[in-house]
Amino acid sequence: MPNKVPITINVNGRSHSAEVEPRTLLVHFLRETLNLTGTKIGCDTSQCGACVVKLNGVTVKSCTAFAVQADGAEVVTIEGLAQNGNLTAVQEAFWNNHGLQCGYCTAGMIISVTEIIERNPNPSPEEVRAGLEGNMCRCTGYNNIVKAALAAAAAGQGG
Amino acid sequence: MFAAEFEYRKAGSIAEAVQLLADNPDAKLLAGGHSLIPLMRFRLARPELLIDIGGIANLRGITVSGDTINIGALTTHAEIAASAEVQQANGLLAEAAGGIGDPAVRNRGTIGGNLAHADPASDWATVLTALGATVSAQGPSGSRTIAVADLIEDAFATALAENELIATVSVPTLAANQRAEYAKMAHPASFYAVVGGAVVVTMDGDRCTAASVAVGGLTPRPVKAPSVEQALAGTTLTMDSIADATARLSDDLSAAGVDIIGDVYASADFRASVAPVEVKHALLHAIGLAHH
Repeated sequence: MPNKVPITINVNGRSHSAEVEPRTLLVHFLRETLNLTGTKIGCDTSQCGACVVKLNGVTVKSCTAFAVQADGAEVVTIEGLAQNGNLTAVQEAFWNNHGLQCGYCTAGMIISVTEIIERNPNPSPEEVRAGLEGNMCRCTGYNNIVKAALAAAAAGQGG
Repeated sequence: MFAAEFEYRKAGSIAEAVQLLADNPDAKLLAGGHSLIPLMRFRLARPELLIDIGGIANLRGITVSGDTINIGALTTHAEIAASAEVQQANGLLAEAAGGIGDPAVRNRGTIGGNLAHADPASDWATVLTALGATVSAQGPSGSRTIAVADLIEDAFATALAENELIATVSVPTLAANQRAEYAKMAHPASFYAVVGGAVVVTMDGDRCTAASVAVGGLTPRPVKAPSVEQALAGTTLTMDSIADATARLSDDLSAAGVDIIGDVYASADFRASVAPVEVKHALLHAIGLAHH
């Protein structure tokens, strides 16, 4: 049995320390150790984007990172976006534009859209679609997801 | 899916990583993990020890000095795509980086890890072969320079010794009269190259004075195309002269003595017939007769 490794990860502003098997994936650590089950496991092969979280400020597929690689890092999951019960502009826009159907892809979609708008505050529909290349919606609800992203960007522009 | 059990060590320096590699024949290096972790989860790789080099700061970053762009092995595809220095010095590097995988994959995958993994469908292998890039391989007795064209020996096999790691990737800047382009047929789910063609042309007005052409995705390692290069050199580049030159690619694929890859998505015959088309597209982009 390999040695467990002590790690400390700041998740949604709170520091968590644990001893993990090196093969523990970041998504397993979030869901099973911290009970943050908003992040989903979809394809499990880094293609669908259901498991996207922020790691040190950028989106990553948490099914393709070991928890030990996040030692000392800052992680933001869907649970960490709303502050004091106030949804972010992206979350509000998904709600208002019916940007989700079954909801399974939604956590990953919202984290990815948040990054798209951070990098480009005024994206075109094409830029939103290109930015969501790695996020699949098996309900095929893409039009409303793109609408939500554009609405969130417009809200951020004061529109 | 869980990987098989393994031990984990974090290396604090290149020297420590090289020492750990030398001491542990069944060890693998872990950088961004975007090639290795999927292989381990499918149990196609079962290293006993993972040496995490992700925290070694001097393996990261981009510097341009003279006519060379030096990219630390841990630099991510996203960092290369977004680098104003890279866009200025060699636009093809930024463009190719931005076409790898999807945004979250590009945030994590590294140029050094991509080359060391030597996937036949790698965009970097083909692009860097055409650009004449080199890597600096660091081992116990120092470093040596290996051309990317020689680094990739076969599918998932490189010229790196067991105790060497890629520290830096060095790429020539493009001169004002050089154009470089890459065109690929991408797999619709993974965006990996089914077939890719990369070209660098040196121009004197409309006339091409020198060309470098490589194809990949359809072969276990990138293949240079000297027949196509010779046909382009000294020629005024037009639709017709480009079509004539790229028709010679089959000679180069035969001469390279490599198998053409075929799978359930794209047969070997299909890939071989697409390869000259991708090279043609890249050349037409290079001279402004086609657009992305």
